[in-house]
Amino acid sequence: MSTTCGQFSHPVSAMDFMPRERLRMIQTENLQHMVDISYKNVPLFRQRMDERGVKPEDIKSIDDICKLPFTMKSDLRDTYPYGLFASPMKDVVRLHASSGTTGKPIVVGYTKEDIEDWSYAVARCFAACGVREGDIAQVSYGYGLFTGGLGAHYGLEKLGATVVPASGGNTERQVMLIKDFGVTCIACTPSYFTHLLEVADRMGIDMRELPIRVGVFGAEPWTEEMRAHIEKKAGIKAYDIYGLSEITGPGVGCSCGCGEGLHIFEDLFYPEIIDPQTGEVLPDGEEGELVLSTLSKDAMPMLRYRTRDISKIITEPCACGRTIRRIAKIARRSDDMFIIRGVNVFPSQIEAAIMKVEEVLPVYQIVLTRSHGLDNVEVDIEVNDSLFKDTVSGMEEVKNRISQAIEHTLGIRVFVHMMAPNSIPRSEGKAKRVIDKRDLNEGL
Amino acid sequence: MKITQLSLFIENKPGAMTAPCKLLADAGINIASLTLADTKFFGVLRLIIKDWEQAKELLEKNNFAVRLTDVVAIEVTHEAGSLFNILAMLDGTDLNVEYMYAFAGPNSKAILIFRFDDPDTAVNKLANAEGMRLLSHDALFA
Ligand SMILES: [Zn+2]
Repeated sequence: MSTTCGQFSHPVSAMDFMPRERLRMIQTENLQHMVDISYKNVPLFRQRMDERGVKPEDIKSIDDICKLPFTMKSDLRDTYPYGLFASPMKDVVRLHASSGTTGKPIVVGYTKEDIEDWSYAVARCFAACGVREGDIAQVSYGYGLFTGGLGAHYGLEKLGATVVPASGGNTERQVMLIKDFGVTCIACTPSYFTHLLEVADRMGIDMRELPIRVGVFGAEPWTEEMRAHIEKKAGIKAYDIYGLSEITGPGVGCSCGCGEGLHIFEDLFYPEIIDPQTGEVLPDGEEGELVLSTLSKDAMPMLRYRTRDISKIITEPCACGRTIRRIAKIARRSDDMFIIRGVNVFPSQIEAAIMKVEEVLPVYQIVLTRSHGLDNVEVDIEVNDSLFKDTVSGMEEVKNRISQAIEHTLGIRVFVHMMAPNSIPRSEGKAKRVIDKRDLNEGL
Repeated sequence: MKITQLSLFIENKPGAMTAPCKLLADAGINIASLTLADTKFFGVLRLIIKDWEQAKELLEKNNFAVRLTDVVAIEVTHEAGSLFNILAMLDGTDLNVEYMYAFAGPNSKAILIFRFDDPDTAVNKLANAEGMRLLSHDALFA
């Protein structure tokens, strides 16, 4: 077993290694409890169950989960703020909310036990990434209504790490803290970490020379190419953490450094993969939309929640010995996808193409425009030290190589624009990769 | 006998040149010579500056992509045929002029800035040629 796999010893990980039969019993019991309290306390759920003619007692094993109705993001909006809560407010000790880009935000609640379970799940994530007592862990997710900051914070404290609650923003200070405090682990979005590396560069600080050795990145899709870039540039091991507020926040699953994909903490969260068009459950190994159910969340149980994340279930046993199953790394969301001239395109495909030409991922943005009824893809790329050549022909050459790589991947023409450094807005949360400026009524 | 030129990436849009020029002006940094190579979408601004290290630091701190390039500065008499003489000497060699520009120097002299694909070979070739003087950084700003 390689050293990155030596995660057996940590007591917090015990449940990760449970025999599958025992796990199924726990899953069944937990699911029955979720269905019971939801049916009793959540009118929308009861109504949908009744419409399908399903009673809580019909759920005899975890396999019966496919009988339950789906929950959609719109359900959370429609029942804003507390319509999906199954516990009385006197038992709810915490609320979080998403920043609503369209209309109302979505609100999620937690009982004291829910917070315990959540912290425990996050602790298991960081333990799987090799973080231990004695590690100094900087949390650079935003603290506040967003689940990222506090979620990572509670989990790391539970694990016994020393937490630096840096929150988002003030990147130069973040770099200083990493250096001065001897930070060994950082948790943030992968795009923010790339930004942090840029700023460190400008400050003349080489991350590879600092004690930092682990990065736990999540809250947005990212690619293997980006992982390779981060690991090389920062001299750290980069892990995936997965989660979403609707389910609990970060901590639904995590990569372990041994095999591909992310382990899902199946005693707490149950994964299914469905065909996004038909809603049909797909066999293990097939790619589709990830659907998650909470198995231990009383304030706001979430049953068969459609995440819009594209993944697949990996059933092969992992080299780390964990018995809990894995899902493939999430590099795209069905939401992120855009259709251009009839071709489905994910930003991750464009990113992978850029990184075939450039070793270092430049800051980029995809802009969709429409002129004379034709859709155009424009990829704006910021010039950095390696992209900037002193001659026009040198610049044109790099530009052409990038556009050819993208065109080769997508099969459609793209326009690459070289932009001045720092001209594309940076994000401290999820990077906004696609700007859709298409006026669908153009030319009418 | 090479000198250092600063190259700057700028977008081809109104005001793009103003920002770097204002930065240098505010810092009291004088531009001895400059040239702009531009395309429809972007440009490369090339600068010859006495205190180029200070200028580089200032520009980078303000988020400009800066590149240093070795160029050759040649002082010739400001008269017909001076440039031709140089080019004639390079004829029959593999040396390639990627770009060049010129400015007037003191005492009826002109200073030509050359970017060669192989600056060292160019320097060797031209070092002892008649009717021209290769300038060091100090000599250029003397
Ligand atoms: Zn594993």
